[in-house]
Amino acid sequence: MLTEMIQNIPQVLIDGLTLGAVYAVIAIGYTMVYGILELINFAHGEIFMTGAFIGTAMLIVLTGIGWVSSVPTIIMLIVVLLFTAILTGLLGMGIERVAYRPLRNMPRLIPLITAIGVSFLLQDIVRFIAELKKGNYIVTGPSLFNSQLSIKASSISSIFTDATIKQSFVIVLIAAVLMMIGLDFFVNRTKWGMAMRAVAQDRDTAALMTINVNKVISITFFVGSALGGATGVLFAVQYGTIDPYIGFILGLKAFTAAVLGGIGNIRGAMFGGLLLGLLEMFASANLTLLSHGVFGAEYKDVFAFIILILVLLFKPEGLFGKPVTEKV
Amino acid sequence: MKWKKSLAILLSGGLAASIFLAGCGSSKSDGNEGKSGGKVIKIATQTPLSGGSATIGEAIKLGAQMKLDEEKQKFKDLGFDLQLVPYDDQSDPKKGVANAQLIGADKAILAVVGHFNSGVAIPSSEVYEKYAIPMVSPANSAVEVTTRGLKTVNRIVARDDFQGPAGAEFAVNTLKAKKIFIIQDKTAYGTGLAEAFKKAAESKGAEILGFEGITVGEKDFNGVLNQVASKKPDLVYFGGIYAEGGLIIKQAREKGIKVPILGGDGMDASTLVEIAGEAVKDTYITSLAGDSSKSEEGKKFIESYKAKFNKNTESYSVYGYDTMGVVLKGIEDAIKANNNKMPTRAQVRDAVRGVKDYQGVLTKVSFDENGDNNYAKVFIYSFKEAKYPAELVGEVSK
Repeated sequence: MLTEMIQNIPQVLIDGLTLGAVYAVIAIGYTMVYGILELINFAHGEIFMTGAFIGTAMLIVLTGIGWVSSVPTIIMLIVVLLFTAILTGLLGMGIERVAYRPLRNMPRLIPLITAIGVSFLLQDIVRFIAELKKGNYIVTGPSLFNSQLSIKASSISSIFTDATIKQSFVIVLIAAVLMMIGLDFFVNRTKWGMAMRAVAQDRDTAALMTINVNKVISITFFVGSALGGATGVLFAVQYGTIDPYIGFILGLKAFTAAVLGGIGNIRGAMFGGLLLGLLEMFASANLTLLSHGVFGAEYKDVFAFIILILVLLFKPEGLFGKPVTEKV
Repeated sequence: MKWKKSLAILLSGGLAASIFLAGCGSSKSDGNEGKSGGKVIKIATQTPLSGGSATIGEAIKLGAQMKLDEEKQKFKDLGFDLQLVPYDDQSDPKKGVANAQLIGADKAILAVVGHFNSGVAIPSSEVYEKYAIPMVSPANSAVEVTTRGLKTVNRIVARDDFQGPAGAEFAVNTLKAKKIFIIQDKTAYGTGLAEAFKKAAESKGAEILGFEGITVGEKDFNGVLNQVASKKPDLVYFGGIYAEGGLIIKQAREKGIKVPILGGDGMDASTLVEIAGEAVKDTYITSLAGDSSKSEEGKKFIESYKAKFNKNTESYSVYGYDTMGVVLKGIEDAIKANNNKMPTRAQVRDAVRGVKDYQGVLTKVSFDENGDNNYAKVFIYSFKEAKYPAELVGEVSK
């Protein structure tokens, strides 16, 4: 039994890290907004999904244009990532402006309900547009069936040499790590990052220190949503097929990851995401072995969430969270 | 005051006039109808026109519409005006039942073509039974659809308890699979199919290495596939729908799992090829829908379908067409038995059940006492290249 599990481990690590990286970057979006507004932005999963659709649409259009095929795919991907990030960032800012800012001083339950409403709205808008354009809301990106596209072409060699690693896995992981490092730098080393931390700590005092709170909150939403949207593109590249409902399950799990790492703590969210991805992958590959066939792979979520409950029982503030001090 | 009064008079006068005019209008149209003798017979389709199965639901509807349009003239000569009323059941049992109530309330509807999902057909057919509206299903394969002793329910396809064993026979005898890994999607359809397959495969001497579930709506199935890779089976069976099936095929091939993958009719859709791409090669499906491109009539059907709707046929298009054919045959019989007068729903119900040896484009239809088709077959397809529809490689008769 143990040898079989050990044989599996490299593959489980690779697949778990891929999934975990996706969870981690989405979890950052939840944690940033929570840290600054104490609002659980349930629409964040849908921003991720919208990013996946925008990115796929761009990839489809770009591969349709002749001269683009001479551009290296990695550059095309970077361009698509940047554009999608900007668009979803603006979308996130817009949602904050329209749906959350007017309700900022209301009881906390009210913006929460609005967030759920926004998430349904985004799901159905995207579904409507996808159905209008394709007749079917399950959309498959071009890198899949068009092997001339160099995402696929560059991955062919690695598929042949080592069947278990996909080139896109490397891309997803590197891009996710870069995004996380960039964000960490932004929050901890720049002026705006400092302002963000100040607003998170105490909004009123920060305002007294001539920090433009509205602007800082807008920027928080922009950065969080841009990261979420860019992750959506990475997700679409990795898994190929997307539908308007991917944001729900993924958003829920990313939120869980944020709680696991300690909500409000950005490094905690990164760690929580990676951990949750690894746990899930480990469970679905080994649960049958561990339980001698009583529990199958379908119990992977149960396994992951039992770990979550255990962690929260002993450390309610999450792995990296600090015990909450009452704001005065 | 005076103003108001005159305004009131004017308004009520106008109202009276409009009522009078409207009355005239309606009586006039009634008169017209009486003159040409064109009594309206409506036939409803109930299929998912939105949601994940919309591709197939639309295909069934269009197939049915095509047959109806072709037969329109014949019924006009008999003095009846045929109309199609499409309903969208959204693959949702609640919606299906609500639509069934609407269908029951519309007295002109004499028959229903539908559903696609067995889970929707079962509760909806209880309503049809109440109103004595015959239903002929082009696609429902769950056993319970016809085994509840309802007089109204018929189907032209084979049943699940036949599809699983037929798949097992093909896997063990033709593909020579000794060790089989089964994945299912935890839905009534997927689990039922996978379990029927498992039982039949075991009795044929194959070893089942694993029976694992996945969650519908997820996109990452690498965990389960890692298990498959480490167990090294000669065949993977998937009980589920194309959205997950396509991703499983793709991710399995990326992991270097090169063995054949076999699935049920839920994977029989062009979207499967779209999702899996080149990876779809060496995939087999058992389907209740035959290949209409083989016969002369089938080719003609495909051409005229394309010409009419500017769309390629899906596997179930032709079943929608043949189902409508059976329904219209039943209605025609009922009209004739009723001295060319409008038959009642109960008469149509009995006439549809009584249809014998109807030759459709693809399948022959004779209903037994449960409403199952005596001529139903299971077809086996192989994806030799990444294109849809797949190539027919075998049929298993009842």
